[in-house]
Amino acid sequence: MIADLTRAERTWAMIIVGGLTVIGLAMAVGGRNDLLGVHGWMVMIVGLAGFAMMIRQFDAPEPDPERLQHYYDAPTRAGIILTLIWAVIGMFVGLWVATLLAFPDLTFDAAWASFGRLRPVHTSGVIFGFGGNALIATSYHVLQRTTRARLPDQISPWFVLLGYNLFCVIAASGYMMGLTQSKEYAEPEWYADIWLTIVWVVYFSIYIRTLMRRKEPHIYVANWYYMAFILVVAMLHIINNLAVPISLGSAKSYSLFSGVQDAMTQWWYGHNAVAFFLTSGFLGMMYYYLPKRAGRPIFSYRLSIISFWGITFMYMWAGSHHLHYTALPQWVQTLGMAFSVVLLVPSWASAGNALMTLNGAWHKVRDDAVLRFMALAVIFYGLTTLEGSFMAIQAVNSLSHYTDWTIGHVHAGALGWVAMIVFGSLYALVPTMWKRPKLYSAKLVEVHFWLALSGTLIYVFAMWNSGVTQGLMWRTYSESGALTYSFIDSLVAMHPYYIARAIGGLLFLLGAIVASYNIGMTIRSPIAETSDDAGQDLPAQPALQAGE
Amino acid sequence: MALSERDKVSGHMTTGHEWNGIKELNTPVPRVVYIFLISATIFSVTWTILMPSWPGINDYFRGLLGADQQAEVRQSVAEGVAERSSWTDAIVDEDFTTIRADPSLMQTVRETGKMLFAENCAACHGAEGLGNPGFPNIIQAPTMWGDDPATIMETIRVGINSAHDETRYGQMLAFGRDQMLPLSDVDRVVTYVQTLSDPAIATADNAEDIGEGATIFADNCAACHGETGTGMQETGAPNLTDQYWIYGGDRSSIRHTVYYGRQGLMPTWEGRLTPAYIKLLALYVADLRTAAK
Repeated sequence: MIADLTRAERTWAMIIVGGLTVIGLAMAVGGRNDLLGVHGWMVMIVGLAGFAMMIRQFDAPEPDPERLQHYYDAPTRAGIILTLIWAVIGMFVGLWVATLLAFPDLTFDAAWASFGRLRPVHTSGVIFGFGGNALIATSYHVLQRTTRARLPDQISPWFVLLGYNLFCVIAASGYMMGLTQSKEYAEPEWYADIWLTIVWVVYFSIYIRTLMRRKEPHIYVANWYYMAFILVVAMLHIINNLAVPISLGSAKSYSLFSGVQDAMTQWWYGHNAVAFFLTSGFLGMMYYYLPKRAGRPIFSYRLSIISFWGITFMYMWAGSHHLHYTALPQWVQTLGMAFSVVLLVPSWASAGNALMTLNGAWHKVRDDAVLRFMALAVIFYGLTTLEGSFMAIQAVNSLSHYTDWTIGHVHAGALGWVAMIVFGSLYALVPTMWKRPKLYSAKLVEVHFWLALSGTLIYVFAMWNSGVTQGLMWRTYSESGALTYSFIDSLVAMHPYYIARAIGGLLFLLGAIVASYNIGMTIRSPIAETSDDAGQDLPAQPALQAGE
Repeated sequence: MALSERDKVSGHMTTGHEWNGIKELNTPVPRVVYIFLISATIFSVTWTILMPSWPGINDYFRGLLGADQQAEVRQSVAEGVAERSSWTDAIVDEDFTTIRADPSLMQTVRETGKMLFAENCAACHGAEGLGNPGFPNIIQAPTMWGDDPATIMETIRVGINSAHDETRYGQMLAFGRDQMLPLSDVDRVVTYVQTLSDPAIATADNAEDIGEGATIFADNCAACHGETGTGMQETGAPNLTDQYWIYGGDRSSIRHTVYYGRQGLMPTWEGRLTPAYIKLLALYVADLRTAAK
């Protein structure tokens, strides 16, 4: 990593980690009477460790200028490993909280192990840790291959990848200490948010600077999606996290919004986090790795265009469907529902475009579990978006809202779509990245595929049953016109489904562990003598030159 | 840049773009997508015309159907109240004896009471009403304030040590902490109290302590708990001679109670539950108590 950096870049890196150390020290001193201080010490230790590494290798020889003739894949390799680590952590905590719901005594009377603190560790761990690292790692790879340009420099990709992971660690450790803004999927406090904003702006600049130097006349559709993901997430993140800290020495802050405006801002954010983080980004991934693996051209360029703009435009207005039948004015709810219904069209157009791309390659889907992961992901994407639009209809929402149906819907998307497309893409990517002839074991990919599919189905069916049961119990009236069931009755009814859900989650976690083992063993396997595409996988445009 | 070419599988031309081996077909957007898009848009636009939707500067379009979510909720709540009035009126108007003699009304009390008890009472008193540490067993144990339905209803209405102006008020004084009794006397009276429910505690060795404990009890405790320790409903002081304990009947729990005192809390339900529901719950609890006997 450091050996790749030029002397000038090493100096810059020293300044960055040095600055991080100073910021950490300032946080530790300013927040010495607050949990902010704990995070200050953590940041400082990270900064110092980076500084020590830089000093040790500062005088190492300058990197070989020949490297500029190759793509810069080291950050992608690191990102893949981080993706797998977060997958196992995030899914393990998911299994833990699922078990907690079935057996609530498992908190050991410890505050950090309570459901309220562990749940965001799970959601952030899988969405931001697992999903985010996968997006960063694959976006670096796709960006370079589809522009035929090397990343512009060797320091900003590392800054984004490692800075982003620092954010994830600060977030997760903060939740366990009880630090939260209480905004779903935006729990980290103000200082973590500011840090992520800086990281994200640099991420976008990497994209722009590489695209500006591309040696292809057109920008490939995958890059539209990755850019929409980066740009819109920046906008959502900044606006929803506008807050005033109670002091610079305190982790606590108060949102700029209150009441129903706060709720609307939060769900504008929350829904578009699903849209632009969990959909757009992973559609970008799908648009590269699926046709590449299938060896088929994209079914329709025109369909790509209308579905991209359809998704990008429609999603923005759909957030209010999270607040049906609340204090939110009815007219906002109506509009949210109306946009959500139309949103199904570009969603299905994307799914259809991907599935039609597989025409002529279905035999590969049958034989190749890697491609099957991607094909199944697209099917789950189609099912989940149909379900999403359906649940956005007010009459349906009145049954589904606040029930486990929502949890089932989210996991159909998160397990079926997001995780499957990630694992499929990683399996396709890993041998190329480490220049290995093939994966360590194709059989283990099969094992993972069936673990993932059965885990997802058990999970989703358990939550559908549980959610519909809950929803119906809550609205069942006796002949005398009073409610038949108390809330605790509905909890008792859910218990078997909660156990089933934990089993589904366990299967999915086992799949992720199998994947990590398989990829780890691939990395340890002997390097390919001559790669099939040796001499072809090279950029036409090297890194940013002096004076460029 | 590759040239446009015909794809053998689909028969469509490619666009001529190529990215690291990925090509795109120039397939026209299938008609079904347009049909789907147009019908979804027609549905959505129609919906926004019918329902409150598009905002202006100071107001919003009310929709042709004149729907109003909040009015619907108010109406549906009113309808529910009207529907239930067939029996809630009877609960409020009739006296307890008449209601308890009416099998169909008691059927409603048992069904609805089960749900109301689970929603409002079970968190402290337990799903079956058998109590939890700090919260009394209200089904089997003798009640502190009286167990006729009217008294139970009053307890639910005003609560105990609650924020209600007419709250029942019950306090066990902190005899040890507030130095009303020396520690040795606390220990003696605790031994005596233990013998009230468990005579086997008394042995030749502690006969003297128990004797002094009885005197201390008569001087300090009997005013509320009664001469024989069987409790007094006028003061809400519990019976100490039975096997039911709110805070535990082992020596260390009793000692804790005598030393630090106790001031349990039962919230007032007036205003949170309708008079009909409060009366219904009283009937439900009284009914369970009768069944448990």
